[in-house]
Amino acid sequence: MWGRRRPQGRHRRVCMTNCPTLIVMVGLPARGKTYISKKLTRYLNWIGVPTKEFNVGQYRRDLVKKYKSFEFFLPDNEEGLKIRKQCALAALNDVRQYLSEENGHVAVFDATNTTRERRETIYKFGEENGYKTFFVESVCVDPEVIAANIVQVKLGSPDYVDCSNDEATEDFMKRIECYKNSYETLDETLDKDLSYIKIMDVGRSYLVNRVMDHIQSRIVYYLMNIHVTPRSIYLCRHGESELNLKGRIGGDPGLSVRGKEFAKSLAQFINEQNIKDLKVWTSQMKRTIQTAEALGVPYEQWKVLNEIDAGVCEEMTYEEIQENYPLEFALRDQDKYRYRYPKGESYEDLVQRLEPVIMELERQENVLVICHQAVMRCLLAYFLDKPAEQLPYLKCPLHTVLKLTPVAYGCKVESIFLNVEAVNTHRDKPENVGVDRSREEALRTVPNHL
Amino acid sequence: MYYSVSGFLNQRLLTGRGTLLSPTIPVGSIVISLCGLTVLAAESAVPSRAHQPPRVAEDCPRWKEPRIHVPLSRLRCEGRPVKTRVSRVACPQAGGAAGWRRDGAARPAHLARAAGGSGGSRLWGAAAGLRGRRLRGGQLPAGRAGPGRAEGAAPPGAGRRPRMAAAAAASPSRELTQNPLQKTWEPYDNGLPAGHSAQRGVCMTNCPTLIVMVGLPARGKTYISKKLTRYLNWIGVPTKEFNVGQYRRDLVKKYKSFEFFLPDNEEGLKIRKQCALAALNDVRQYLSEENGHVAVFDATNTTRERRETIYKFGEENGYKQVKLGSPDYVDCSNDEATEDFMKRIECYKNSYETLDETLDKDLSYIKIMDVGRSYLVNRVMDHIQSRIVYYLMNIHVTPRSIYLCRHGESELNLKGRIGGDPGLSVRGKEFAKSLAQFINEQNIKDLKVWTSQMKRTIQTAEALGVPYEQWKVLNEIDAGVCEEMTYEEIQENYPLEFALRDQDKYRYRYPKGESYEDLVQRLEPVIMELERQENVLVICHQAVMRCLLAYFLDKPAEQLPYLKCPLHTVLKLTPVAYGCKVESIFLNVEAVNTHRDKPENVGVDRSREEALRTVPNHL
Repeated sequence: MWGRRRPQGRHRRVCMTNCPTLIVMVGLPARGKTYISKKLTRYLNWIGVPTKEFNVGQYRRDLVKKYKSFEFFLPDNEEGLKIRKQCALAALNDVRQYLSEENGHVAVFDATNTTRERRETIYKFGEENGYKTFFVESVCVDPEVIAANIVQVKLGSPDYVDCSNDEATEDFMKRIECYKNSYETLDETLDKDLSYIKIMDVGRSYLVNRVMDHIQSRIVYYLMNIHVTPRSIYLCRHGESELNLKGRIGGDPGLSVRGKEFAKSLAQFINEQNIKDLKVWTSQMKRTIQTAEALGVPYEQWKVLNEIDAGVCEEMTYEEIQENYPLEFALRDQDKYRYRYPKGESYEDLVQRLEPVIMELERQENVLVICHQAVMRCLLAYFLDKPAEQLPYLKCPLHTVLKLTPVAYGCKVESIFLNVEAVNTHRDKPENVGVDRSREEALRTVPNHL
Repeated sequence: MYYSVSGFLNQRLLTGRGTLLSPTIPVGSIVISLCGLTVLAAESAVPSRAHQPPRVAEDCPRWKEPRIHVPLSRLRCEGRPVKTRVSRVACPQAGGAAGWRRDGAARPAHLARAAGGSGGSRLWGAAAGLRGRRLRGGQLPAGRAGPGRAEGAAPPGAGRRPRMAAAAAASPSRELTQNPLQKTWEPYDNGLPAGHSAQRGVCMTNCPTLIVMVGLPARGKTYISKKLTRYLNWIGVPTKEFNVGQYRRDLVKKYKSFEFFLPDNEEGLKIRKQCALAALNDVRQYLSEENGHVAVFDATNTTRERRETIYKFGEENGYKQVKLGSPDYVDCSNDEATEDFMKRIECYKNSYETLDETLDKDLSYIKIMDVGRSYLVNRVMDHIQSRIVYYLMNIHVTPRSIYLCRHGESELNLKGRIGGDPGLSVRGKEFAKSLAQFINEQNIKDLKVWTSQMKRTIQTAEALGVPYEQWKVLNEIDAGVCEEMTYEEIQENYPLEFALRDQDKYRYRYPKGESYEDLVQRLEPVIMELERQENVLVICHQAVMRCLLAYFLDKPAEQLPYLKCPLHTVLKLTPVAYGCKVESIFLNVEAVNTHRDKPENVGVDRSREEALRTVPNHL
C-alpha cells in the first residue's frame, strides 16, 4: 500500500506518508501517556495503518522480575539507570525491526522521555533510520487528575501486586518526584524545529508544531477529539426487518412485528437507564429510523451509518448468491474483510466510511447508535481492538444492546438481550472456502430463515 | 469564530450596556450574550520572538512570510481589562466554555435560543449538507401527546429541551414516508409531516458560531476568513464573512492615506466605529434571523488611544502582495502604496496584545503562528470548531497548482450512457497520451496524480507513466437504478425521477444511489488532502469534478451541478490572492459532449420532448 513497498507506485488509497513514523511520548509518570499510546495505536490499526506500541516500562518489568520501590528510579541509582537504559535500547531495537523489517508503519514509543538529551537521542535514531519523529507530550498539573490516573491504572500494575493501595500510591508519587527535577518540557523556542503536539490538562488546550504529513495531521486531529469524561456508548442494530425474516441481505425494508416490539423494549430500556444527555444516531435506512422513532427522542440520521452495500447481491438470500455468484461467494469467505461485492463495498471500505463516525463518537459523551450488522461489527472492532480478520465475524445479534464503557486502557462490554425473539443473521465462516466447493459446503453455516 | 475586541470598539462598547441593540457593546460580549453564541477567538500571531528578521520569500503569497500577528487579550477600557467584561457577559455561554466537554449539563447547547412568542427551543441542526435546515422542537404539535406521555407535553413557549418536545410528538400514528427528492425517511403524522425530530447528518454545533479574526493588517486575516467561509459553505454549513474594511470602503468611497487610521483622527475613528457596528448588526441579523450558521467577523484591531507600547516589527514584506491588490491602492504607485500601508500598520500595532494562554484560558481560540508553523488550540468545544481547527491546520500558502480533468472519453460516453465502469474509447486513449505530453511539458515539480477506482480514470493515468494513487471516494456519483442508462431511457423508465432531478439537481438522490449533496460529503477528505498537498493532478469524473471545482471557485449549490467540465479538457487552478485563477486547456482531442443543461420545463407533467430537449448528441 505504501510507496516504498510497492515500487510499481500504485496506491489504492491516499498515501499517508512515504516513510515510517516514530511517535515518541513525553511526560511525567501518570500523565496518561500509556492511555494515549494504546488508544492511538488502536485507532491507527483500525483505519488500516499498521501500528505497534512499545512500552519501555514493560521491558523493564520483563527484565527485572520483581519491582522493589521508587528507589530504582532515583537519578543517582546507577544500577537502575543502567537497566533503564538497556530497556530503552532494547525497545528502540524492536522499533527498528518493526518499522524496517516487519512492514510496520507507525511505532509508538511509550516512555517518559522527559529530558531533552533523551529526546535528542531518539530523534537521531529516527533520522538515521529514515523515520519521521513526532513527539506527543502530555502536561498535567491538576493533582486530582493525576491521583485519579494513579488509582485507575497504576494500582493494578504488576509493580504493586504485593502492596496496599496507600503504599503503592505513596511509592508512585515518589517515583514521579524522581523525574521532576530533570523534566524539560517541549519548548516553543528550543524545540521549534521538532514536530510535536503538546496536550495541556487533558485537552484544555493544545500546542501543535510543524505537522509534517498526512498521518501526523490525522494523529493531531484524533488527539484533539478524544476526551476522558466517563460515559457509555450503546450500540445496537435496528429491530428485526421483513427481509431478515426471509434471510435476505441488504435492501431498505421496514420492521417486522417483532422488530417493532424490540423498538418499544428499547425505548423502555433507554428510559430505565436514565442516561444523561443521550444522543441517538441512526443510519438513513428505514429500519433504523423506525426503531429510533419509537424512542420519542430527537435523533440524527447519518448516511455513513448505512449498511454495507452488497451491490449486485442486495436483497438476495445466501442461497441465491451461491446460485448466481458461486465464485464471488467463495472469494468472500476467503477474505471477508477485503472482499468487495460487485458494484458494492467491502468491510475495508466500510471502515473508511465509518471513520468520521468514530471521530465524532470520540468527541461525544453518551450516545446510542442504532445501526446494522456490518456497521456494528466495524464500530465494535474499533472499541474492542479486534484485528481485521476477526472483524467480519464479530457477533452482533439482533435485539441486543451492547453497552461499552471505557475503563483504564480498554472498554468494558455488557451485552443486554432485550428479550424479544429475532431470527439469527450470523453466518460463520464455513470450513471449505475453495472456489470448487459444493453448494452444500458453501451453505452449511447459513442461519435458518423462512 | 473570532473574538476580536477591536480597541476602538471597546472603548465605547465596554461602557457597560449589555445588549446588541445598544450602540455601546463590546464586540465579543455582544454576540455572546444576545444570540447565545459561543465564541471562538482566532488569531494569527507571530511568536514572541517577532523581532527576528523574517524569512523573506519574494515570490510567496501574502501571508507566507512570517506574520506578525496582533494579539487581542488585554484591551483595556477605561483602565479595565476587557477580559473581565467579556467573561461576565459571556457567563451563560461561557458556563459551557468553562465546563467544556466534561460538563455536559453546562453546555451552551440547549441554552435555549428560546425564541419569545413562537415558543419552544431550537435545536440547531447544522447538519452537514443541510443548508439552513433546522430542527424546531417548538413546532411540534404539543397536543398530540399520546396518553401516558403527558410528561412530554411542553408548555407552549417554555423553551423546553428539544428532547421533551420531541417526546410529545411521538404518537403512535407516526408513519415513515420516503421523501421523493432526497429518498430520506421522514415521519408523517396522519398524512402530514410530523415535526422533525430527526436530523440528517451530524449536528455540527448547537448554536451559531461567531468567528472573530484577530491580527494586524496584512496577516492573512481576510485570506483565512474567505477561505474558511468558502469551505464551510461547501460542506453545507451556511457561513458568511463580514469584512469591516469593506464596510469602510463602501462608506468612504475614496481612500486617501494612512492618516485615516491614525488614532487621533476623530473623523476616521468615528467612521470606523460606525462600520464595525454596522458589520456587527449584520452579523446578528445573519445569525439570528437569516438562519446563518457561522459568521466570520474579519476586522482590524485599531484603538482610539494609542498605547505607548509598540511592538517591534521586523522588516515586513508580507503585505505587499496582499494589499496591493486591494481597492485601497488603485491609484497609487507601488512604492507609495507600500509606504502608506506600513504606516497604516503602525497605527494599529500599539494596542495589540496576543491571545494569552493564561489570560484567555476560558476562550475558545486557535492561534496560528508563523503561517502555520505552529498552532495553539484552546478549548475546542463542538464539532464545527473541531472541523475549523482541523481545516486551518491543513491549509498552506505555498504556491502550487491543482490540475483537474476527467478520464478520457469512455465507451459509454460515446453511447450517451451514464455511470458504469467502462474502458476508454479510441479517442479517450488518445487523450490519455496527450495528457501525458501536456503534463511532461508543464514540467511540474513533485506532481502527485490521483485517480478514482474506476477503470476509465486508471486507464487514463496509466498512460502518464508516473506513480498514482487510487481513491475510492473519487468514484463517479452513484446513479443507482439509472446506472448505464441513457437519458432517454431514464425519461422512459423513471419520468418522475427525471423531473425531480431537474427541479433540484443538487439535492436529488438517485433511487439506491447518490445526490450531489452526498458527493460533496464524500469528497470532503479529498479537499482536505488537496489543501495539504502541493501540485496535484486529479483525474476524475464529471460530477466529482463539478464538486471539486465548486469548492475552489466558491460556486453555490444551485450552480454546482451545472458547472461545465467537458471531456479532454484540463483545468489548471492556481491560488491567487483571495481566489483561484482558472486556466482551461483543451488538449485538442475531440470528444462527445456530456453536458446536459437544465431544461426550461422541469414539471412532472412535461412531455418527453421537453424533458430531453437539452440532452447532448450521442450515438
